[in-house]
Amino acid sequence: MIQTSDLVPVLPEIFIALAGLALLMLGVFRKEDSTKSVSVLVILAFGAAMVLVSSLGAERLTAFNGLFVADRFAGFAKGLVLVASAIALAMSLPYLEREKIGRFEYPVLVLFATLGMMMMISANDFIALYLGLELQSLSLYVLAAYNRDNAKATEAGLKYFVLGSLASGLLLYGISLLYGFAGTTSFEGLANLFAGGHEHPVKPNMGVIAGLVFVLAGLSFKVSAVPFHMWAPDVYEGAPTPVTSFFAVAPKIAALCLLTRVMTGPFADLVEQWRQVVTFIAIGSMFVGAFAAVVQTNIKRLMAYSSIGHVGFVLVGIAAGSTLGIQGVLIYLAIYLFMNVGVFAVVLSMRQKGRLVEGIDDLAGLSKTHPMMAFVMAVLMFSMAGVPPLAGFWGKFYVFMAAVEAGQFTLAIIGLLSSVVSAYYYLRIIKVMYFDEPVEAFDKPVGASMSLVMAVSTIVILAFTLIPAPLVTSAKAAAQVLFPAAG
Amino acid sequence: MITATVFLPLLGAVVAGLFGRFIGDRAAQIVTCTLLIASAVMAGLIFQKVALGGEAQTVVIAEWIRSGTMAVNWSLKVDTLTAVMLIVVTWVSAAVHVYSVGYMSHDPSIWRFQSYLSLFTFAMLMLVTSDNLVQMFFGWEGVGVASYLLIGFWYEKPSASAAAIKAFVVNRVGDFGFALGIFGVYVLFGSVGFDAIFAAAPDKAAASINFFGVEWHAITICCLLLFVGAMGKSAQLGLHTWLPDAMEGPTPVSALIHAATMVTAGVFMVARMSPLFEFSDTALTVVTVVGAATAIFAATVGCVQNDIKRVIAYSTCSQLGYMFFAIGVSAYQAAIFHLMTHAFFKALLFLGAGSVIHAMSDEQDIRRMGGIWKHVKVTWVLMWIGSLALAGIPFFAGYYSKDTILEAAWASHTLAGQGAYWLGCTAAFLTAFYSWRLLLLTFHGRPRADEHVMAHVHESPAVMLIPLLFLAGGALFAGWAGYEAFVGHHNQDFWRSSILVTAAHPSLENAHHVPSWVALLPTVVAVSGIALAYLFYVFAPGLPVALANTFKGVHQFLLNKWYFDELYDWLFVKPAFKLGRGLWQGGDGALIDGVGPDGVAAATRVVAQKVARMQSGYLYHYAYAMLIGVAAFVTWYIFNAR
Repeated sequence: MIQTSDLVPVLPEIFIALAGLALLMLGVFRKEDSTKSVSVLVILAFGAAMVLVSSLGAERLTAFNGLFVADRFAGFAKGLVLVASAIALAMSLPYLEREKIGRFEYPVLVLFATLGMMMMISANDFIALYLGLELQSLSLYVLAAYNRDNAKATEAGLKYFVLGSLASGLLLYGISLLYGFAGTTSFEGLANLFAGGHEHPVKPNMGVIAGLVFVLAGLSFKVSAVPFHMWAPDVYEGAPTPVTSFFAVAPKIAALCLLTRVMTGPFADLVEQWRQVVTFIAIGSMFVGAFAAVVQTNIKRLMAYSSIGHVGFVLVGIAAGSTLGIQGVLIYLAIYLFMNVGVFAVVLSMRQKGRLVEGIDDLAGLSKTHPMMAFVMAVLMFSMAGVPPLAGFWGKFYVFMAAVEAGQFTLAIIGLLSSVVSAYYYLRIIKVMYFDEPVEAFDKPVGASMSLVMAVSTIVILAFTLIPAPLVTSAKAAAQVLFPAAG
Repeated sequence: MITATVFLPLLGAVVAGLFGRFIGDRAAQIVTCTLLIASAVMAGLIFQKVALGGEAQTVVIAEWIRSGTMAVNWSLKVDTLTAVMLIVVTWVSAAVHVYSVGYMSHDPSIWRFQSYLSLFTFAMLMLVTSDNLVQMFFGWEGVGVASYLLIGFWYEKPSASAAAIKAFVVNRVGDFGFALGIFGVYVLFGSVGFDAIFAAAPDKAAASINFFGVEWHAITICCLLLFVGAMGKSAQLGLHTWLPDAMEGPTPVSALIHAATMVTAGVFMVARMSPLFEFSDTALTVVTVVGAATAIFAATVGCVQNDIKRVIAYSTCSQLGYMFFAIGVSAYQAAIFHLMTHAFFKALLFLGAGSVIHAMSDEQDIRRMGGIWKHVKVTWVLMWIGSLALAGIPFFAGYYSKDTILEAAWASHTLAGQGAYWLGCTAAFLTAFYSWRLLLLTFHGRPRADEHVMAHVHESPAVMLIPLLFLAGGALFAGWAGYEAFVGHHNQDFWRSSILVTAAHPSLENAHHVPSWVALLPTVVAVSGIALAYLFYVFAPGLPVALANTFKGVHQFLLNKWYFDELYDWLFVKPAFKLGRGLWQGGDGALIDGVGPDGVAAATRVVAQKVARMQSGYLYHYAYAMLIGVAAFVTWYIFNAR
């Protein structure tokens, strides 16, 4: 039975869903092209949802018989996702107009993908999880192939769809194994079971472990962690650049938050088991992210490997399995959000004679043709490489500190070494911008929204060191709700 | 007043060095010369008060180092020994400052030169006024730096740069010994202050120190290490090779640094440490032997050199040898006396040589000079005065000091002292010979320079001649005036506590009572040396060539300066280069870079390409990788199941 009180925690999601339906109608029934107005309305809807999310307060609320949960952690994650989606959409608009592929479905698809992400974040049951995940994934498949006249884009969309289906299959299989051996799909039920609070406590036997591995594999695909990462470079490169910038941020944040909740919720007491796999995935991701990017010449591919590497670092925090680790994860994700949107704002400004270019060499001499843009990019690259005192350094600092506190020294050391390797390709971009002879200059003007995104992201990256408190304290509060025992 | 004396030159150096560009050459010259002359006048007053009036004093400026039990102050200690040095340093320096105004008038960076000169003077004054070993080391290194800067003043000339580096490197060897000596003294006495050291020295006379696992007489070890430092700075045999090369510097520099002051710093330091050296007969013997060997070695080489400045440089080296063997026989007073007289006549000779070079359009080879005395009469007379003083002809300055040294050596009644006497007399003969060889070849005979040069021969301007006249006054009268006070019967009233001679070493006292032949011999050999030079270069000019051809081996040996440079080149320089190159190419390049940064970077690229190649683009490869991953994880758990 659904009660009215059940609807309160779900208000933001309901609002987004209704807004989506309404905007769909608006798009269909309006005669002229309504991409722009719908986009603006979607961004406004995201803003409104943000207000709703924050108005829910600090209390932990569940709905629909415990299928859905709204707590501080969910609130923090949803905030990040909504910001990321809004920025990505704002950055898409000029591109869509210029390429003349603007259709009102685009913002609506972004909106439904975001709705899926919010559902994922608040999932408190594997079935709810799966529903949210699929809503998000299906929207993303379409977005990847959105530029349907482009062979590369359709190839990317197809690859993403086929592999995504495979991953969903693995996930579902894992969920069914868990249900078969534990008798429940509820996070709380599973947690109680493994904690030994049930009348017939279930030992972590082979079936549960196999289910756990399959679930992990499915979620790892969504965050593009090694060895389930191979779709990412191809899709990042093939998809239209605004879509790539959306992919690189919002779904990653959502999936990583989901992974965090799953690992620290139902499987909290199996930490010794899942930590082995997560450690391996983290090392593999950092390693591949560091090394494969070294030889890339396409900036979007490079960003794909870069994000694989960042996921590795975030997984280090998850592997720590402590409040400190999760706090680090959330800080890292927030910083990652701003670094990535900033970089993609630059990438989206890389136009020569109206055509978008993607080669790293095209950045040559940017410091002379677009000094401000080169400065922004340099700050972001230094931050990504983890050079103090920029924000990127602190993100890495928190997750590595958590790993060290948890006794995961190997992980911390490998992480540090791979961040040294990754510094190479970040710094190479700076070298190309500042020390190579300029090639053809990029088109001017860059555009107000791009400039704004660049400015905001750079300021955030620079300012974090000076005023870290708001982010650090809220991340800490969000992380604490996942560890009720630790208080 | 003492503080002002020491720091006025520094002020001049700073003003000329930092602002010389803006205030111009003339202003820089005026500032440095004025301040230096003021300093020289005050040094005279200090000498009056301290040396003659007997008011030794120490001015503490500031605390420098305080670490554990170690305390070092910046302070100015002025006793008779220091007062004498103040006179020598400031007066010669003032003369050289003024002289440089004329000599460097065509140089493009006059302000830089004046600044370096003043900087040098400041460092030298810090050295001589120090009341502890550490501050002395500061001055010691300061003069080393200034010397480096001034030898390499014409840095665009490769030979000048090389000479500057050589001087610096050879001095490092000596400085290393000096530093070890300071460490040794600190270990032994627990202090680096002179007063504390000297007060404790008699108690430590029998102390021993463990060095390389063997027990040694502690004071001997300290003294020998300190003497190594003195050898480097004062160009004694073995560490002398830098001094002739240092003549690459401008001639005023040679006069100030490489004749009158810096090279005598070693002599001063050992004299200052006399209360320590007095307790080690071994160290004194070593000093005697090294000094005597240097005196004879440099004199032999000086006889065959053809560069006017190099002849005088070897002469300096030789005279420093005299000073050291005087110290070796405990005649410190005689050493300092000779230091002072030598400063005047050697600076005179160098500046006179500079005047000649100036007149001869920068020609330095005496074989291409001759017959110019008519054109440069003043310089000619002054060079004669300098040479007479150097040769030790009676009643010129060098006569008093050199004879005292030789008599003291004979009167020491030790084997080393006797040997030093005979070597010293031989060297005196050679000194007279090469001095007149230089005079005769440069000023007399027929002109050997081409007409073009001869047409330009001219007397130097007054600004150069006045300092020369001043120094000539010193060369004429310094010996006569200073004899009684410095080394006379009552010299203890003059030196007071600044120099200690124990009753076991009465050589200077005995020097007043030597047989008359001992006292006369140096004068006789000097006159014979002059006579031989006249024979060779005036009456029978073919003789030197014939001799050189007959004794080709000896001549070559001397001409090549006993092959010291070649030996060092083979022994140290080449192996050092080889080692350096080996470590650079093999050690750093191949090993560290190859395995380290370069190797890792190359490996990273290889790995990166392999990782990137896995990204084939085929869907089934990707799906396969995912399934393999899941299978691998599950397998992992199956085999790790508990």
